[in-house]
Parts: sequence; structure tokens; C-alpha cells
Amino acid sequence: MAKRIDVSGLSAYYGSVRAIEDISLTVEPRTVTAFIGPSGCGKSTVLRTLNRMHEVIPGTRVEGKVLLDDVDLYGPGIDPVAVRRTVGMVFQRPNPFPTMSIYENVAAGLRLNGVRGKSDLDGVVEHSLRGANLWNEVKDRLNKPGMGLSGGQQQRLCIARAIAVSPEVLLMDEPCSALDPISTLAIEDLIAQLKSEYTIVIVTHNMQQAARVSDRTAFFNIAGTGEPGKLIEIDETPRIFANPSQRATEDYITGRFG
Amino acid sequence: MSLTHTSPTRKLKDKSAYIIAGAAFVIAIIPLISILWTVIVKGAKDFDTYFLFHSMRNVAESDSFGGAYHAILGTLEQVGIAALITIPLSLMVGIYLVEYGRGRLSQAVTFFVDVMMGLPSIVAGLFILSVWILGAGFQASGFAASLALTILMLPVAVRSTEEMLKLVSPALREASYALGVPKWRTITKVVLPTALPGIVTGMMLGIARIMGETAPVLLLVGVTQSINGNPFSEPQGSLPLFVFNESQNSLQTAVDRGWAAALTLIILIMLLNLIARLIAWWKAPAASR
Repeated sequence: MAKRIDVSGLSAYYGSVRAIEDISLTVEPRTVTAFIGPSGCGKSTVLRTLNRMHEVIPGTRVEGKVLLDDVDLYGPGIDPVAVRRTVGMVFQRPNPFPTMSIYENVAAGLRLNGVRGKSDLDGVVEHSLRGANLWNEVKDRLNKPGMGLSGGQQQRLCIARAIAVSPEVLLMDEPCSALDPISTLAIEDLIAQLKSEYTIVIVTHNMQQAARVSDRTAFFNIAGTGEPGKLIEIDETPRIFANPSQRATEDYITGRFG
Repeated sequence: MSLTHTSPTRKLKDKSAYIIAGAAFVIAIIPLISILWTVIVKGAKDFDTYFLFHSMRNVAESDSFGGAYHAILGTLEQVGIAALITIPLSLMVGIYLVEYGRGRLSQAVTFFVDVMMGLPSIVAGLFILSVWILGAGFQASGFAASLALTILMLPVAVRSTEEMLKLVSPALREASYALGVPKWRTITKVVLPTALPGIVTGMMLGIARIMGETAPVLLLVGVTQSINGNPFSEPQGSLPLFVFNESQNSLQTAVDRGWAAALTLIILIMLLNLIARLIAWWKAPAASR
């Protein structure tokens, strides 16, 4: 479990617009890497290229390499559906399936991929909900609709759903931006626990959050509107926040920017 | 500045808007209630189980008995066959347009669906008459009417399926893709169930529309007063046609039967609507119940 990600020379396009240019970075296994930067700097786009979700939008394309251990995710013959089973994703807004119960939501990834067998599923559902720190809150109402939970619980349900298919890597796109501080804390604690099993990449607008949860931080920026986003620097989180090597990073972190 | 004072003109505007909206509602509902009331009062005279389960075979127009069974059976079969053809077809067209369609072909499909939407029902009837009966040489039958009704229901069903699928949030599709679920399973297991209540309602509206169609049926089912359970051969009865024929007659006994048949048709459509509501409620996202 838990694999290393090696990105090199990565550019992504929406139609003819280049959203990110020449990104190269490495994410170590069993670490949390935070992507920070101003809106529109392409950090979410970079994240979505890591499990080939970028190409779900029509007219998009990607250049460059994303190595998962030694396999190029954009190499010939790679099945994007299989990539997404290996690299899971949690989105900005909690998005449980509205027609499904809590149990069915967690089991969805397995069921929709053809796993039957109630006892197998029961085990995975409990393990995943425990893993997402949600089991004690929902164990008595597994058959109730997932939409009936609070926002924070829904987001943990989505995390349980993502880890139920046992991915190697977990991508999180601003997972706390729609949540209150208490739910945010619950998710951050969870990230700290999940780190022991998964490689985690998290996009966040909240710099304190990046400082709290991540081992390494990558700062992205754009030169101006319509310009592609670029990676300014990536380093150990304490170093990025205390003593960044780039002026732009320091400006952004200290709030002098924009 | 006073926080308690509301300007008189604003109060006046509020009141008048309130009254106009209320009046519009009443005006809109008057014809509906009046139709229902008239049909119930006039139709109740002949409406009973005898009427529902007997045909007009060997019944003279001047007789006070006789019934609509042959017509009810015919309409149910014709509409049923049309729905059996239309529902899977329109589901697939809707899914194609929303999930797969790009470029010329999908634009062409959308355009022709719009054109079909405005197609007068008599034209659909004439089309089947010229192609199926005059062209291919088949006899008048319930199935010929089903074909014309299919043409009329298809655009309604496709359009409503399309609209309902578009309403499903892209976030749900992404959530499913991110779990490594292939596109076709995402559509069948996530998108369709989420849109199902709306799709069922749309299909029911389509069925309700074709159930009352008279013009195409008039051209295609032929003439019979007898029960014919086989929609593929021999003329078959039809409820709207029965209403039409009986109401044209100068005898009061026939006119009474026409009203009773009209009442039957309304009850049938309402029953179907009720069933659709139940299905939609039963399949609705549990949280919204």
C-alpha cells in the first residue's frame, strides 16, 4: 500500500487554454503533501491529473508524466478507470449518492465494481467507517439515507467511501472548505491517522490547515489572468512557512500578496 | 429614519400583486373544475360495472344499456404497446444526448425531437396510414394506432428524460468516476436512479397525452363494436373514438354513453398519474421523503 508519486513536465489544458505548465514534483509514500496558492493557480487541476479526473471534462488534455511508483499513469494501455480505483479522491463539497443509504454509500465503490457477498461488504463498510471516525455516530442507522447526515458527517462518509475501495493514494480537494471548525478538526485528525496507510495530497486555501496537517507543502502561483499556473516551490512544511526560498512564497504566506 | 413605517404605495403594490395572482389562479382553475364537474354529473348516469365490462356488440344506439369494454381494452392495449416501444427508446435517446452526444449528430437529434414535439397528431396518423396501411398493405388494427401514438409520445418522453438527466449534479458523476466506476455503470447505477422520479413523471405525462388522442386513432383502428383483444389483427375499439362517435349521435342514449366513456377516460388517466406519483415517491431520494 501507499505509493510514491513522481510528476515530471506536466502541463494540462482546457481546450486551447493551458491551465498548468511544466509541473515537476515528488510526493513520498505515507506523507501528507499540501497544495497551496491563490484561486485559479491550477492546484486543483494538478490534483485532478493525479487520478486522471482532469480528462472527465470534454476538451481537456494532459502532457507530461505522472509516475505512480514506476508506472506512468498517462502511458499507453493504462485504463483511467483502474487508475481511479488506485488513486481515490474526496471533493470540496460532500457528495454522497442521494439514492443510497449510509451503508450503500460506503459499499458503492465495491458494489458498482461487481463485489457481492454481504459478509465481505459488512466487514469493509465497518472498517471504512471506523477508518473515517464515523462508525460510532452512524452504526445504529446504517440503512438511513446518507443525505440525512450533517455536512461534516457527510464529508467523513465520502472519505469512508473513498477508502473502502482500498486505494494507494488519497487526493483531497479542499475537503474542509464547506465545513465548520469542529468538523474541520475531525477531518484533520482523520488525515493524521490515514497518513500511516495512505499517501495523501490535499489542496487547501487555509494556510493554517496546511501547516497543521502536512509534511510537505507545494506553493503554486500564476503570473496573471490567462497565464498558466506554475509550481513555485515544494519543501518541508516548516521550512515553507518559516523560511521559504522564494520571495513569492513568502509574500503569499505573510499576506503581502494580492 | 423610521423602521416601522411602510410606504403606502409599497403596501398598495403588495396587495394588488397578491390579488392579481390569486385571481389568475381562480381563473385558471375554473375551466378545469367545470370540465370535471360536467363530466362527472353527466357521465355518472351510465357509469357502472355493466358499462365497464360490456361491449356494444348487438346493441342498438337507441338501447339504454351497452358499454365501453371493447374501447377500454383497445385503448389500454394501444397505449400500452406505444409505451413499451417509447419508454426504452426515449431513455436511450435521452442518455445519448446528455451523456455521450457531442457535435452534429446530437444537434440533429435535438432538432428533430423539437420538430416532432410540434407535430399535429393528425399528421402522425396520416403518416402511419400512408406508410403502414396504404404503403405496406397492412389492415387497420390497434397496432397501427400504437405506431402513431409512439410518434406522438416519443418527443415528450425524450425531452423530459433529457431535462431530468441534466439536473443530476455533475458532482455525483465525478464521485462515481473517482471510485473507479466505469461510465456505463455510473449512468445505470448512479445517474438513472437519481433522475428516476422525474423521468417517471415525464413518461406518465407522455402516456396521458397519447391516451386522449382521437385523430390518429380515427384513421387507423378501423370500425368495430365488438371486443377484440388482439391489437395485431382486425379493427379494435378505442375510448376517445368511442366518445367521439357516441357524442355525434342524435340519440340521448348514445350521448349518455359518450359522457360515461369520457368519465372513464379521465379516471384512467388519473389512476395512471396516481400510480406514477406512487412510483416516484417510492423511488425518490430517501432524504426528501
